[in-house]
Amino acid sequence: MIAYAFKRSILAILVALTVSMISFSLLYISSDPAIAMAGETASDADIEAIRQLYGFDRPIVVQYLDWLKKAISGDLGKSYYFRTDVSHLIAERLPTTMTLGLCAIIFAIGLAVPLGVASAIRPNSIIDRVALFLSVMGQALPSFWFALILIVLFSVNLRWLPVSGSDTWLHFVMPTIVLGYYAAPAIMRLTRTGMLEVLSTDYIRTARAKGLRPPVVLFKHALRNAIIPVVSLAAVQFGFMLGGSIVVETIFALHGAGFLAWESITRNDLPTVQGLILAFSLFYIILTLIADLINAWLDPRIRIS
Amino acid sequence: MADQVLNVENLSIDIPLSGDILHAVDGISISVNKGETLCIVGESGCGKSLTSLAIMDLLPQKAIRTVDKLELNGTSIANHSDKQMSDIRGSKIGMIFQEPMTSLNPSFTVENQMVETLARHRNIRGKEAKKLAVEMLEKVGISPAKQRLKQYPHQLSGGLRQRVMIAMTLLCEPELIIADEPTTALDVTIQAQILELLARLQTDFNTGLILITHDLGVVAKIADRVAVMYAGQIVEEGSVYEIFDNPSHPYTRGLLSCIPVPGKIKRGEHLGSIPGMVPSLIGDFTECRFSGRWEESSDKDDEKIANLVSLEGIENAFLVHGTTDHIVRFCCDSCLKKSKSKISKGVN
Repeated sequence: MIAYAFKRSILAILVALTVSMISFSLLYISSDPAIAMAGETASDADIEAIRQLYGFDRPIVVQYLDWLKKAISGDLGKSYYFRTDVSHLIAERLPTTMTLGLCAIIFAIGLAVPLGVASAIRPNSIIDRVALFLSVMGQALPSFWFALILIVLFSVNLRWLPVSGSDTWLHFVMPTIVLGYYAAPAIMRLTRTGMLEVLSTDYIRTARAKGLRPPVVLFKHALRNAIIPVVSLAAVQFGFMLGGSIVVETIFALHGAGFLAWESITRNDLPTVQGLILAFSLFYIILTLIADLINAWLDPRIRIS
Repeated sequence: MADQVLNVENLSIDIPLSGDILHAVDGISISVNKGETLCIVGESGCGKSLTSLAIMDLLPQKAIRTVDKLELNGTSIANHSDKQMSDIRGSKIGMIFQEPMTSLNPSFTVENQMVETLARHRNIRGKEAKKLAVEMLEKVGISPAKQRLKQYPHQLSGGLRQRVMIAMTLLCEPELIIADEPTTALDVTIQAQILELLARLQTDFNTGLILITHDLGVVAKIADRVAVMYAGQIVEEGSVYEIFDNPSHPYTRGLLSCIPVPGKIKRGEHLGSIPGMVPSLIGDFTECRFSGRWEESSDKDDEKIANLVSLEGIENAFLVHGTTDHIVRFCCDSCLKKSKSKISKGVN
């Protein structure tokens, strides 16, 4: 297990390095950063001055290594728009996004896994049909529309929940439902398919032939094997929530990292965009690593090769 | 009979398909005594595996089981609830499956999967359960047993996994073991070892054993009694000597002629086979199950024509040579005629 974890961590670091190179080069792919910084009315001399000031005239490898050194120590440069450190900016916004993402993924798993298991136990039953209906809805409803419906219902009409902001836990209820419900269908369907497949295996027949009680057969012998692909999927979806909840954050005016990304893109604030991309990619890498480690713990065939 | 472990009378299994019914097993009766080995022989799809699952009440959900009598040690278990059956499964009836590679859960150690059976049925846990598991692994010839306990199924070979399955099944000392083609998926050399092991353990524990197989070599080696299944029915049943010496149903004869005997088969000569196809058992089946499968040149068999004594109660069932431990059953009158048997009315 320790050897496997070590191997996977080394791999994760290599992936992170690759991602950092891509993230770094973004600044250069889009445009000449010196021109972008100088503004539309700047003269050639001004641009040249900026180029030398920020070191854009040095070889790209030197610039990358320099940038990487700073990035590792937490210095991601200064935002063009906010005029503050990008790392501060991100650190300020992250707690909101993290809270939302964590609540949403817990909501999604809590909704999807039990429903997926229940519909696999009795395929084509009423529970299965209801679960299918819920997952088709979740997949088909645009989240901005679903969010507005919730606001109209719970905030405007019933006055139970605040419309927007991020001050209390009540502010997170609706965003969590919208974001979680969007992620739930895939988890639900994968759980159902996995359970159906596992329940028809020989080792489940063996477990039944041993006289084990149905809950033991179901949760010990079946779910443990069926949940493995679900862990990987949930990790990717969690990463998506941390980086991609732009729509939900915007609607509910939650000033999280997704909202910051949207702001920075519209304002051409490249260092911030770059910093966010790096942060989001790192989330994905870390989450995938965690998912792999959970799966190795669940499945001895991964852990002992 | 006092030492009768299992008694099944008139068991049928119907599987509803879209709009029709598959009569997978049609009115079979079997019984097993303590310490006795009953081999159920037949080709794929004849219903032998379904029969074993029906005894365990582990049939697929949509399959319908009807049975006149299903008795374990003289008590009827035909109407047991699933909860009552789960108390019997694994403790009184143990089952060994065909596919050792996939019959153990890949996510748990051998120890975990063995000990949970003890905890379930005998309420033995912890060190004592582990001790029993080690002892049982040693009994089935696994060494070093202690290390094997800590391993996962994927770290074991097919033969070892089947040994683990057997050890697991024997842990609660069942009165009846049902082994569904336990050696089919194994190497020939391992097959012999596993069979010897099964035979030895069966004698040691004095359990009844139902061995399901399509391999007559296995039957000859291990069986006390044989039931030959064809298209959902038992066509012939008797002691292993009777079946091999006086096969009376054409299907049994066909099966026996299919065994290549070293030395008797000449180079270039065709191996024996049964002509025709198994009929489809979907829908109301009234025709002859064996039509088109009779060997054309049956002259050779003339000398083998058996004297049949009709058996009261069961249609077209006969005692061969009047011995009570050899019964043959034909599906219809035309089959009976074609068999050219001499028939005398039963005395009873």
